[in-house]
Amino acid sequence: MLELKPERLDAGDFNEQALSVCGKSFIADISGALYWPAESVLMVADLHLEKGSSFAARGVMLPPYDTRETLTRLAAVIDRFGPDTVVCLGDSLHDSNGASRMSEEDRETLSILQADREWIWITGNHDRDVGAALGGHVVSELTVEGLTLRHEPRAAPITHEIAGHLHPAAKVSLHGHTLRRPCFAGNGRRLVLPAFGAFTGGLNVLDAAFMPLFGTGGVSVLLLGQEGLYPVASRLLRED
Amino acid sequence: MLPAPFVRWFAARGWSPRAHQLALLDCAAARQPALLIAPTGAGKTLAGFLPSLVALSDPARSVEGAGLHTLYISPLKALAIDIARNLSAPISEMGLPVACETRTGDTPVSKRQRQRTRPPHMLLTTPEQIALMLSHRDAGHLFRDLDTVILDELHALAPSKRGDLLSLDLARLRTLAPRLMSIGLSATVGRPTELCAYLVPQLGPDERVDLAELVLAGGGAKPKISILELEEPVPWAGHSARYAIGEIYRAIERHRLTLVFVNTRMQAELIFQELWRANEEGLPIALHHGSLDVAQRRKVEAAMAAGRLRAVVATSTLDLGIDWGDVDLVIHVGAPKGASRLIQRIGRANHRLDEPSEALLVPANRFEVLECRAALEAAEAGEQDVLLSRSGALDVLAQHVLGMACQAPFRPDELFAEVRSALAYSSLARRDFDRVVDFVSTGGYALKTYERFARLKACEDGRLRLAHPSIARQYRLNAGTIIDSPMIKVRLTRARRAGPAATLLLSGGRLLGEVDESFIEQLTPGDTFVFAGEILRFAGLKDTEAFVTRSPDRYAMIPSYEGGKFPLSTHLAARVRALLADQSAWRHLPGPVAEWLSLQAERSAIPTADEVLIETFPRAGRHFLVVYPFEGRLAHQTLGMLLTRRLERRGAHPLGFVANDYGLSLWGLADLSELVASGKLDLARLFEEDMLGDDLDAWLAGSTMMKRTFRAAAVIAGLIERRHPGREKSGRQITMSTDLIYDVLRRHDPGHILLQAAWADAATGLLDLTRLGRFLSRLKGRIRHQALCHVSPLSVPILLEIGREPVAGEAGDRLLEAHALDLVAEALEGSEPQSEGKRNARAQARATRRR
Repeated sequence: MLELKPERLDAGDFNEQALSVCGKSFIADISGALYWPAESVLMVADLHLEKGSSFAARGVMLPPYDTRETLTRLAAVIDRFGPDTVVCLGDSLHDSNGASRMSEEDRETLSILQADREWIWITGNHDRDVGAALGGHVVSELTVEGLTLRHEPRAAPITHEIAGHLHPAAKVSLHGHTLRRPCFAGNGRRLVLPAFGAFTGGLNVLDAAFMPLFGTGGVSVLLLGQEGLYPVASRLLRED
Repeated sequence: MLPAPFVRWFAARGWSPRAHQLALLDCAAARQPALLIAPTGAGKTLAGFLPSLVALSDPARSVEGAGLHTLYISPLKALAIDIARNLSAPISEMGLPVACETRTGDTPVSKRQRQRTRPPHMLLTTPEQIALMLSHRDAGHLFRDLDTVILDELHALAPSKRGDLLSLDLARLRTLAPRLMSIGLSATVGRPTELCAYLVPQLGPDERVDLAELVLAGGGAKPKISILELEEPVPWAGHSARYAIGEIYRAIERHRLTLVFVNTRMQAELIFQELWRANEEGLPIALHHGSLDVAQRRKVEAAMAAGRLRAVVATSTLDLGIDWGDVDLVIHVGAPKGASRLIQRIGRANHRLDEPSEALLVPANRFEVLECRAALEAAEAGEQDVLLSRSGALDVLAQHVLGMACQAPFRPDELFAEVRSALAYSSLARRDFDRVVDFVSTGGYALKTYERFARLKACEDGRLRLAHPSIARQYRLNAGTIIDSPMIKVRLTRARRAGPAATLLLSGGRLLGEVDESFIEQLTPGDTFVFAGEILRFAGLKDTEAFVTRSPDRYAMIPSYEGGKFPLSTHLAARVRALLADQSAWRHLPGPVAEWLSLQAERSAIPTADEVLIETFPRAGRHFLVVYPFEGRLAHQTLGMLLTRRLERRGAHPLGFVANDYGLSLWGLADLSELVASGKLDLARLFEEDMLGDDLDAWLAGSTMMKRTFRAAAVIAGLIERRHPGREKSGRQITMSTDLIYDVLRRHDPGHILLQAAWADAATGLLDLTRLGRFLSRLKGRIRHQALCHVSPLSVPILLEIGREPVAGEAGDRLLEAHALDLVAEALEGSEPQSEGKRNARAQARATRRR
C-alpha cells in the first residue's frame, strides 16, 4: 500500500504521502484527508460536527468551537487540492440533532465550501438526516472506478473499499518514546481513513475491531504526526 | 488552667504539660486562633487536642445528643487514623465522654452516611472529605455547633491546590459556624506569618493581613548530621547510591531502628532490593511508599510501632507526623532537595525532644555531595526554605463553586465575599470570580452558544441554583484535587496458559499496589521491572488493571528512574553555588570531590556565586554547550526546549539536550565555540529574557508538559470528568480529549479561564517558568564563557545523564522522521541501518532545507 518513494522522502517533505488501493493512486494528507488525483475527489471521514454541543446538552461543557475548527481544516485542504468533488464518509454529524445546533456562521461556511463543487454525504450511524439541513447529495455508499466508498468497512477480508467509522490510531514505540496518533490503515487492497473531526479520538489498529478487515496479511499504517505523515514498520505497533 | 483529671493523667504518665500546650489552652479559652510550630516529639498533636478534650469533658456541658464539636484535618489518611489511635488512650484512661471517629475515602459508605446524621463529637478526616460533606444539603445542620477545627501538618498542606480548596472550605465552615476557632499545627518553616494568615478570615482592607497567634515550642536538641564518606569515590552520576549499600547496611546493624528516606518510589524499590541482597544477618527490613497497597502499608506501620523492624525504606508517605517506635537513625539517600525537608525528616529520628536526632546523608553522585554539604550547613544554621506565596488556583475555585451550588442555591455577592476571606483568594477580582461562575454554568466560552444548556439557573430572588439534581451526583463522584498521573492497579497473578494460542490468563490475583499509567504504557508483555520489593514480569493490561507474574530474574530490564519530583530548592541552590565558588570550603568535601573541583578550576573555570558558567566543547563528532544555572531540573528542561528552538534558528543544528538539577547540556552538529568566537552566536542574546515571549508561546502550542498541566486543571475544574457512573474512564481517554480541547481553545478562545489557570500552574509547576525567568534576569551581564577543547570535569555528571533520562516526549516527529528514513534505507540498501555519517549528512541537509 505505501509507496516509499525515496526521492520524495529525501526531499524532507512529509506533508503528503502517496498511497495506492487496488492499483489506484491517492495522496494522503497530513490533515487526515485523502485525495484522488485521477478523479479529482477529496475524501474525509467522521467529521462529527457539533460534538461539543452534543456533550454540552448532556452537561459536559466541551468548547463549542469544534465545528468551526473542523470546517476550517476542511477548507484548508480543499484549497490545497481544489477537488471537483468532496465526499464525506459518514458520521459527519455527531448526532442526529447536530444540524439544528449548528451556528449560522458555520452553515454559511459549509455552503461556501459546497458551492462550485459536488458535495456528497455518505451516511453513517449518527447522521441519516444530514442532507436535508446541510445541502449536498446523500447516499449510503458510492462506487467510483471499481472502488466502493462507504462509512462502515465490511467485517470480512474484502477488497476495493475505502471507509471510515473505526477512527484508526496507532501506538508506536521508538527509542523508548511511546506515541499514539491517528493513522491511515490499509493493506493495498482496502483502506480505512483516520477520523477528520477536531474532537475525535482513535481506536488502536491492533484492536479486535480491525482483525476481520485485514486478516493474516496484516495492516500498514501511515501516522499523522504533528508536522508530517510517516510510515511506521508494523513490528513497532503496540496494543493499548 | 488544666482541670484536675488532666493534671492527674499527665502525672500518671510521668509527663508534665509543656509550655506550648498550656499556651494553646489559653488561646482557646480566649477564642484566639493560633498556630503552633513545634518539632516532632514536642507533643504537638496533644497540644492541638487538649482544648477540645477539656471543653468536652466540662461537667457543666451536656454532651448527650450534642453534635459535631471538633474537626481534625490532616493531609494523610494514615495520619488521621494514627491520631485517632493515640487519642483513644487519653479518652479511655480519663473516662472522658467523648466520641471520636475517623472518616476517609476508605470509610465504608454506610458509616459515612451515619456520620452525617449522627456525628461523633470529634471527627478526624481529610480535606477531600470536608469538601464532600460541605456539598450535601444537610451541611448547615451538621456543622452548626462546630466549635474547633484543628489543621495538622499545615506547612505541607497550605501551599498547594489542596490547601487552596481547604481554605475555601474553612471559609464556608466559618459561615455555617461563626464561633469557629481554628488551630494550626506545623513543623518549622521559614515564614510562619503566611500560615498564621491562612488560619483566619481576611476581612479587612487589602493592605491589612489578619493573623492567628503564633506559639513557638522551644527548640529541641540540635541534630547530629553527618555525610557518609567512603574509601570508594562517589560516582560521577546516577541516583542509585549502590556504592554505599554496604555502609548503609552496617549503620542499620548498629542501630535499633533506622529510617532510610529516599526521594522517589523507584529509588525506594531499588535501595530495598540492594539492602536485601546485602542482608546476611536476615534483619527485618521493610518498604513503604504511596504506590503500595494500603493493607501492605498498614502491616509495615504496625510492625514499626511494635518494634519488630530494624529498618524501613520509605518515601515522603512516611514524612508527616506519624509517630512510631524508637527511630534512632535517619539515613537520607540522595540529596534532600531543601533544608526544611531535611530538618523535618531528621525530626523523625528519636521522638524525644531533648535528645539530639542522628542523621546520615548519603549522596549518590558528586554534585549531590555539594548539595548535601549545603543542606547540612543550612540545617546547622537553622535556615529554612521559604514557601512561595501563591494566589489561589482558579480551577480549584471552580470545583468549590459547584460544590457550594450542590449544597444550596447561592447569592454570587455572598459567595464572593466568603471566598475572598480565604488568604489565597483575598485579592481575587470580582471579574475573575464571575468568569469562574460562568465556567461552572456554561463552560465560560467567548462564544455564547451554551446558555440554553446552563448548569446553573437563576431563581426569582437572584440566587443561582443547580439546573438539575444529577449534576450534584456527578460532582460527588469527581470531587477532590489530588491529581496525579492516572494510576493503574497492579495484580500479581500466576502464569496460567489457556488454549492453543498459549496466552496468559489475565484475571484474579493479589493487589500489589498502583503504578503511574505512563510507566505501564511503555511496557511490552515480557518486560521485567521492580515493584513492591520484587522483580515482576509484565503480563498485560486488562480492564485498566496491569497483571504481573513473579520473575526469577535477579535484575530488572526496565531501569525507569522516576527523576525526582522535587527540584533543588532555590535557597539550597544558592548555597551550593556559594560552596562551589568558595575554594577554601572545599577541604570539608571528600577527597575525590575536592580533586574534581580543582581539576575543573584548572581545565575550565569555577564560576563565582554571581556568575553563570557556560562551556562549549567538541566530543565524538558533536559539539556541546553546557550551562550551570542550578535552578532545578524542571526549569532546566524548559530552558533546554527553548534554547533548542533558538539554536535551530541560528543554524547551530541542535540534536538534543539533557538536564538535571544542576545544569543542562545541549549538543548539535555546528561548532558552537567557533560560532561564538566569530560573533555569529551571541550568548547574551541567546539567553535573553524575551525567550519567554514568542518562543515560549510557539513552543507551548505543542508542549506535552503544558498539555499535561492543562489536563490536570481541566479535571480539577470539572470540565472533564474522571469517573462516570457505570463507565470507568481510563486515564487514556481523558488525556486524548484534553489535548484536543487544549488545541482548540488556544486557537479559538485564548483568554479562556482554564488556559489562564493552566498557565499559572505552569509558572511554578512542571515548567517552573517563574524560576526560569528569575534565572534569566540574574544572568544578564554575568555570563562566563569557556571555550574548551575537551569535556570539562564539571560537565561529566550531566553528560552521563545522556541516554539515561529520556527527554519528556517532545521528540515525536523527529523520531518518526528518522524512522521513516531508516525504512527507506532498508528498502533501498537491503537491510543495513544508516551509518552515523549518513545520518548526520541527512540531518544537516534536512535542517538546511527547513530554513
